[in-house]
Amino acid sequence: MSDRLFSTAISDASDPAVVRRRRWRMFKDSLARYGVALGGISVILAIVLIFFYLLLVVFPLFESAEAEVVAEYARPGSDARTLHLAMEEQAEIAVRFSDDGAVVFFSTVAGGGIKHLDLALPAAAEITSFTFGDPTQARIAVGLNDGTALVARHVYQVSYPNDVRTITPGITYPLGSEPLEIDDEGEPLVKLAMQDGEEEATIVAVTADGRLLLSHFLKEEDMFGEELSLERHQVALPVAEGDVQYLLLDKEQRNLYVATTDGSVSHFDVTDKEDPTLIHRQRMVDVNHKITSLQFLTGDISLLVGDDSGRLVQWFGVQDERGNTVLRPIRQFTEQYRPISNITPEYTRKGFLAADDSGLVAIYHTTSERLILKNQIASVPLIQLAIAPRANAMLVEDARGQVHFWRIHNDHPEISWSSLWGKVWYESYSEPVYAWQSSSASDDFEPKLSITPLVFGTIKAAFYAMLLAVPLAIMGAIYTAYFMAPRMRGIVKPSIETMEALPTVILGFLAGLWLAPLIEANLPGIFSLLVIVPLGVLVFAFVWNHAPKVIRHSVPEGWDAALLIPVVLLLGWFSMSLSVPMEHAFFGGDMRAWLSNEMGIDFDQRNSLVVGLAMGFAVIPTIFSITEDAIFSVPKHLTLGSLALGATPWQTLVRVVILTASPGIFSAVMIGMGRAVGETMIVLMATGNTPVMDFSVFQGMRTLSANIAVEMPEAEVDSTHYRVLFLAALVLFAFTFIFNTLAELVRQNLRNKYSSL
Amino acid sequence: MIRHWFQTGKPWIWFTASAVSISMILVFGLLLLIAARGLGHFWPGDILEFQYQEQGGETPILIGEIHDEEEVTAVRLRDAGIEIDGDDPVTRYLLKIGNRDIYGQDFRWVIEPNMRDLQKPEDLLTVERLEWGNFYGYLLSVKQAGATVAEGDAAWSALQERLSRTGNIQTEISSLEKSEIGAVNYGMERIRLEKRGLELDGDNDPVKLARLEKERAELQAEYNILKKRLVALYQKINRDSMILRSADGREVEISLAKVVKAYRPNAMSLLDKLGFYFAKIGEFLSDDPREANTEGGIFPAIFGTVMMVIIMSIMVVPFGVVAAVYLREYAKQGPLTRLIRIAVNNLAGVPSIVYGVFGLGFFVYFLGGNIDQLFFPEAAPAPTFGTPGIMWASLTLALLTVPVVIVATEEGLSRIPKAIREGSLALGATKAETLWRTVLPMASPAIMTGLILAIARAAGEVAPLMLVGVVKLAPSLPLDGNYPFLHLDRKFMHLGFHIYDVGFQSPNVEAARPLVYATALLLVLVIVVLNLAAIAIRNRLRERYRTLEN
Repeated sequence: MSDRLFSTAISDASDPAVVRRRRWRMFKDSLARYGVALGGISVILAIVLIFFYLLLVVFPLFESAEAEVVAEYARPGSDARTLHLAMEEQAEIAVRFSDDGAVVFFSTVAGGGIKHLDLALPAAAEITSFTFGDPTQARIAVGLNDGTALVARHVYQVSYPNDVRTITPGITYPLGSEPLEIDDEGEPLVKLAMQDGEEEATIVAVTADGRLLLSHFLKEEDMFGEELSLERHQVALPVAEGDVQYLLLDKEQRNLYVATTDGSVSHFDVTDKEDPTLIHRQRMVDVNHKITSLQFLTGDISLLVGDDSGRLVQWFGVQDERGNTVLRPIRQFTEQYRPISNITPEYTRKGFLAADDSGLVAIYHTTSERLILKNQIASVPLIQLAIAPRANAMLVEDARGQVHFWRIHNDHPEISWSSLWGKVWYESYSEPVYAWQSSSASDDFEPKLSITPLVFGTIKAAFYAMLLAVPLAIMGAIYTAYFMAPRMRGIVKPSIETMEALPTVILGFLAGLWLAPLIEANLPGIFSLLVIVPLGVLVFAFVWNHAPKVIRHSVPEGWDAALLIPVVLLLGWFSMSLSVPMEHAFFGGDMRAWLSNEMGIDFDQRNSLVVGLAMGFAVIPTIFSITEDAIFSVPKHLTLGSLALGATPWQTLVRVVILTASPGIFSAVMIGMGRAVGETMIVLMATGNTPVMDFSVFQGMRTLSANIAVEMPEAEVDSTHYRVLFLAALVLFAFTFIFNTLAELVRQNLRNKYSSL
Repeated sequence: MIRHWFQTGKPWIWFTASAVSISMILVFGLLLLIAARGLGHFWPGDILEFQYQEQGGETPILIGEIHDEEEVTAVRLRDAGIEIDGDDPVTRYLLKIGNRDIYGQDFRWVIEPNMRDLQKPEDLLTVERLEWGNFYGYLLSVKQAGATVAEGDAAWSALQERLSRTGNIQTEISSLEKSEIGAVNYGMERIRLEKRGLELDGDNDPVKLARLEKERAELQAEYNILKKRLVALYQKINRDSMILRSADGREVEISLAKVVKAYRPNAMSLLDKLGFYFAKIGEFLSDDPREANTEGGIFPAIFGTVMMVIIMSIMVVPFGVVAAVYLREYAKQGPLTRLIRIAVNNLAGVPSIVYGVFGLGFFVYFLGGNIDQLFFPEAAPAPTFGTPGIMWASLTLALLTVPVVIVATEEGLSRIPKAIREGSLALGATKAETLWRTVLPMASPAIMTGLILAIARAAGEVAPLMLVGVVKLAPSLPLDGNYPFLHLDRKFMHLGFHIYDVGFQSPNVEAARPLVYATALLLVLVIVVLNLAAIAIRNRLRERYRTLEN
């Protein structure tokens, strides 16, 4: 019968049906081959994609800024001197104020005037001084030759007739269209500073005869909220020697800076408008130099000083040892070499533009302490400079009356190597610090994006976790692999390995809600555990070893660990119950208070000790499992040989087994480290998440991963903050990937070594 | 003697043994702790009534359950402003006094020496309410539409009767509100989107518009009918109320509509308590959460977790297996495959939060944003897929767990003896047939192991989910009776995140704590069982091939 089958098979081989079938099978085979190859490669590519996507998002942080010229045209309006240039939000319309009182709104791109207005000045009045307030408020003020001043505001109304955005510019007078009387004696105002807020306005002026007057206006609206009446208070301030060159008043109307021609600045506290006080007077430039431009940085905390050598210095008030606020030079930029003619801060970021007499405009950022961009705008001195509110365009007027409109692409000026990793002297801080504080309620907040404290926190958390996990896991693995009875090993190994899969959210929750209060209440007990348990185990072992044989032999070899479980439990209970008496005896009844009062150590409830214990617990299984494998697979003939030569089991272990398995143990520690570094939920729940740079075991930390978990959902897409969080993720990725690869290579080499043995 | 003993190295061996003991104690202690706290929550504890000596000298009567106890040194108590005699440590109890609507807080600490006349009156009543947490007090009377119908001893049985009535109405109301009115609302929203879609396309076809308008009118009519039924039910449920007296003697009226359950724990027998206990566990597993997740059940979280894991499995298995088969069976073995293998292996060790960041940036903002622009322009500016949701969460976790499946499958493939493949090929099977008919079936336990491990990891992972789709309270489940039934764009609840949220973000942590323990217990059970299953399958598989090799 089999013969017949065989012959049919032979004869059928050329049968068309069979041939077709064979072809179909071959087709399926190659289809599977390419299908699987395609699928397999695409899965692997998808995994690789993670790395490249992170990189792609991070990359723009380090891209350099760019600017290009869009238009150049003669200044619109009259030929009078330009007092001020400004742009509206979209950078489509700009405004030019000139000293004949004319206001011209013009298209930034075309340069043509859109609307010509005149300030509501009295007939005989002449503008003798000019100032502008907080740029976001779009207020300007002019001082007149009769001792009065007029405050105006340029406004832009946006409407959408027929779905087309239309911007209608205009001028309003927030303090009334009548000029305000500043100097009762009617002297011309030659210098002016003004801020106009919700409830009050302040104007500081220097008169032609050299008096410095501070006028404060309280706004009172009548019942219907229409009529505005102003209540004026005025004081005269003492003028230092030298003529006043610049006046700056911050937007809170609390600090007044008066710069005189000799290059020094007096800082007045004008919080109390009745009684301003001089806080400090400071020379800001060298003797043979002159201040050529003085401006606030956004937020009105820092002063930017440009001098005739082209040097730019940032100053702000810092508390000295005696608690006095003194102006200090914080950082300087020496990228320009001709007198600085104009400094213009960005509206929302801590960056600024500086124009000089060589026709150069440079963009700087203070926090990241770097020159972002330098552009030659013209070959003649530049006299006016304006930046768009979104910092995406600038308008420059040169000495020939040409206006240059440039687009700027400068998305992430806050980032530099030093601002990411180094100490930075942030505004209002008394010294340079490492700090992470990514957001705040106010718009002109200086983001503190140093990831050093986060990396520090990550390392700190991993360190304390490894402190617990490494000894316990390695010692446990040694015993399990080398001394333990096989039956007990069959229980111990799976139970510890199962713990590897225990959700860390559970560990974190227990650490935060159960362990942290427990530790706080039993601090002495926790520390006595460290001494009592090892000592107790030693004593027990000694007693057991010298116990009668009957007792000793009742427990089979390799079950010592089981024997120790009740002992350890008892010791643990003993040290915990010692806690309260010890606290009473040594620490005045409250160890926490004792720590902070006597030792000066701050104590957070959710501290590194808690994290160390919880995360240590989380990495024990990882380290245990790999170490155990490494030790268990040390070839038996090595250990047997050593034992046969008369070495004790312990000597064999230390000199032969551990030595052989040491690469495996190393890789176990690396992988455990990788897990501790990237762990999120435990640190999120068991620490206070404050980015402190303190290695104290009683303080918390903020790690890279917890920081991502907390801030990522709120970060605005493609903002600097968003990209820095991606950078944090990339750092984590790279860190763990490198550690794991290293460990894996070591392990593979070890496996090869074993197989050759 | 001691020196000699140290020289033998035995003490060090004991030390290593103690490390194992400590690890085992930690492992099992943790499980026991969670189990004890989690299971204890459902037990109806006795209510105590006692006179308490306050600091100010008053001696009010307090009623409540003991929730926690601890020993404190006298110094600490004094620091906290509590006067106490002597220096001995004092036991301090955390008492759940309930009645948050009148006391302003659920819990207070009491110290043992100041408690007098401790008793457990049988007629003390615990009332679980929909709002304001538990009420403890004495039942005075039951009212119907304002008129007292039962007082004194008769009140208790009258209350039970009426509670079962309101319970039925409550069920009816919730089914009406959730499924029927929910379906109408869903239909309305669909019509609105369809209309907006037509508008965007510039399609003014009056037939289509009329059809939509007709459908809308039908739904509106249906809604009006349902609304009427609902109003009638609300009137019915608000009929009854009861008067209770609290510990400080105040009389409080509570509408039965607001009551979940009322019982007298001090009067319960052990059997009653057991029955109550299991009923509570059932409720915990099947109910929706109440009161900002601090009370009630966790059903939506269980459902969400399971749903996400299922979607993830559907994605992870084919891809993981294909990649493993490619690496092991098709790819040329060389340094490159070795490198890929190491890389894949290590991806399992990359922190999960990194996957979350990737998921948020790539899936949600990039892919989701583009899908919305292409397919759901009518919903703009509200995002459909351009916002975290269950699909992105599952996809992110699939990416996170694909290395696990690849590694496990590869291990299974490598354990299949060469002879079996060669035998199949020798009989004339093509490579694909060999794979499909012999190799993969034999590797299936390994694939199962990989899948189980992947599920165990996914079920317990929280950090990435916080970025890509988990919320503390999802208004609707991702699977319901409204077309297209499975809503992949919806946000969902998750057991692990529930633990984090309730334990750390809830306004009343103390009240929520037992619930968190119970949730944690459930999660641990699921994961331990899954892992043990994986280990068992792995061991059986090894046995099977050991016999094959010989």
